[in-house]
Amino acid sequence: MRITQGTFSYLPDLSDEQIAAQVKYCVENRWAVSIEYTDDPHPRNSYWEMWSLPMFDVTDPLVGVAAVNECRKAFPNHYIKVNGFDSSKGRQTTMLSFIVNRPEDEPGFSLERTEGQDRRVHYALRPKRTM
Amino acid sequence: MTTIDTSRKKGRWAAGVTPYAEMGYFNTRYEPKATDVLCAFRLVPQETVEPIEAAAAVAGESSTATWTVVWTDRLTPYENYQAKCYRVDPVPDTDQYIAYIAYDLDLFEEGSIANLTSSIIGNVFAFKALKSLRLEDMRIPPHYAKTFQGPAHGIVTEREYLNKFGRPLLGATVKPKLGLSAKNYGRVVYEALRGGLDFTKDDENINSQPFMRWRDRFLFCMEAVNRAMASTGEIKGHYLNVTAATMEEMYERADFAKELGSVIVMIDLTIGYTAIQSMAKWARRNGVILHLHRAGHGTYTRQKTHGVSFRVIAKWMRLAGVDHIHAGTVVGKLEGDPNSVRGYYNTLRCNTMDADPSQGLFFEQDWASLPAVMPVASGGIHAGQMHQLLHYLGEDVVLQFGGGTIGHPDGIAQGATANRVATEVMIQARNEGRDFLYEGPEILDKAARWSPELRKALELWKDVTFDFQSTDVPDAVGTLTI
Repeated sequence: MRITQGTFSYLPDLSDEQIAAQVKYCVENRWAVSIEYTDDPHPRNSYWEMWSLPMFDVTDPLVGVAAVNECRKAFPNHYIKVNGFDSSKGRQTTMLSFIVNRPEDEPGFSLERTEGQDRRVHYALRPKRTM
Repeated sequence: MTTIDTSRKKGRWAAGVTPYAEMGYFNTRYEPKATDVLCAFRLVPQETVEPIEAAAAVAGESSTATWTVVWTDRLTPYENYQAKCYRVDPVPDTDQYIAYIAYDLDLFEEGSIANLTSSIIGNVFAFKALKSLRLEDMRIPPHYAKTFQGPAHGIVTEREYLNKFGRPLLGATVKPKLGLSAKNYGRVVYEALRGGLDFTKDDENINSQPFMRWRDRFLFCMEAVNRAMASTGEIKGHYLNVTAATMEEMYERADFAKELGSVIVMIDLTIGYTAIQSMAKWARRNGVILHLHRAGHGTYTRQKTHGVSFRVIAKWMRLAGVDHIHAGTVVGKLEGDPNSVRGYYNTLRCNTMDADPSQGLFFEQDWASLPAVMPVASGGIHAGQMHQLLHYLGEDVVLQFGGGTIGHPDGIAQGATANRVATEVMIQARNEGRDFLYEGPEILDKAARWSPELRKALELWKDVTFDFQSTDVPDAVGTLTI
């Protein structure tokens, strides 16, 4: 299955040129671009590993794309995402986040049900490991 | 007040009837304080009533006055408690006037929409001396705003909760809105969510009827939500409507929704301001997002000369503490001209705003970091309008495609995918710097070449528009439709 987290998961995978265009949009908005990777894509996993510190001072979109490619080389079978972060007052959060690398085979999740009384069910999502 | 002889001046405290304007309720020299609550009323006086007297009467009756002089005013610092009309402007080419009235902060109980509204709109709308009256806008000073909880979570926290950034959220109201059994209802939820929507929604009138009781609906919907989460790896939600006859029943339903792991519950505007504030406190306490459907608002917001403008309702609801509120689509089937809707959206989303007559905003507004409310656009919208929706409504919005998802000829999931593809492709184009409003149809057509779901949706709905003249347009703009 294809995990559809992120802003562009329903589109065909973005080319490097298309990634650069999105990084350019972030940079022009004065957002810090960051790259994160994980082998645990549970939707409530808020903390993917940071490839580096957010690139607060980077203004060249190609630097961002180069960093994506370095991360891909190191973790070719991980999920990798690019984030744009806005530190301005009242926002102080992620403004854009999209996946740029996926494992070749995405095993997805299984849904575990624990049955309780009165037809109550407790649900748990278990990601299958990709590695 | 229309029968008195004003040529015969009498003392301020002489017994009997004195024009409101002479009792201190009209004062053009008054300079509003930063702490005052300000109101703009649109009023149409009866032919025999002077506009200034009519405006002073509104100020009087919404604060300290009654129809005759009372000596007990003299036991109070009455000048402080009197509302003051400080400006009256005629609206060109009409019989209408805009009256600006200032209210001292001490007139209102802290953190109470019920008290605020009982004061401002409690009595005056039935005043015989007026043909009609409309509360157009209010300036809520930060001193008063800070006495309210405000949105249980707000836009930023909601996005971090849901792990969804940089695009409008997508939803659909389950249809038909009445008559489905709980199991079939959950099927619609599952299909729509697995196909790519973030949320599905109970309609305002789905509570607990004979064909589907609330508890059964909650159980089947949460099975559907969790199945869809497993098949997409995304967080999904269904707005479980907990609207009921009593607070006790609403708390019971909301608690059950929380126990089942729902990220969001829903209430209707019809439950009343106090119940809304109670549910907002519950929502923050329990970490559950609170969606408000503005059921019933059209009865008093739509007509330009009588009632309460929706921009005022939006302000009250931001204070009351909801996370979502329906606020218009511009292009869909329900009332809402582009400028007014922009004003509503800004009211819900911005931290500070300047007065802007083109958006119908009469006052500046400083929310003092009260969280922002996510506006919801619902009613007659479809994937083929995506460029217009993004242009008019921006990205911090929930776009709700009910018919536009469930009516897809190939199935509900395919309808959902069409909407999601259209959204993502338009955001991508916008971020790439393209003129997406102008190029929108071409951008969608291009995506439809690789997305059969979008292609079907465009073929079916591409010519559906709702071009009717709006009844409620800002004065500064005149008649306008898109």
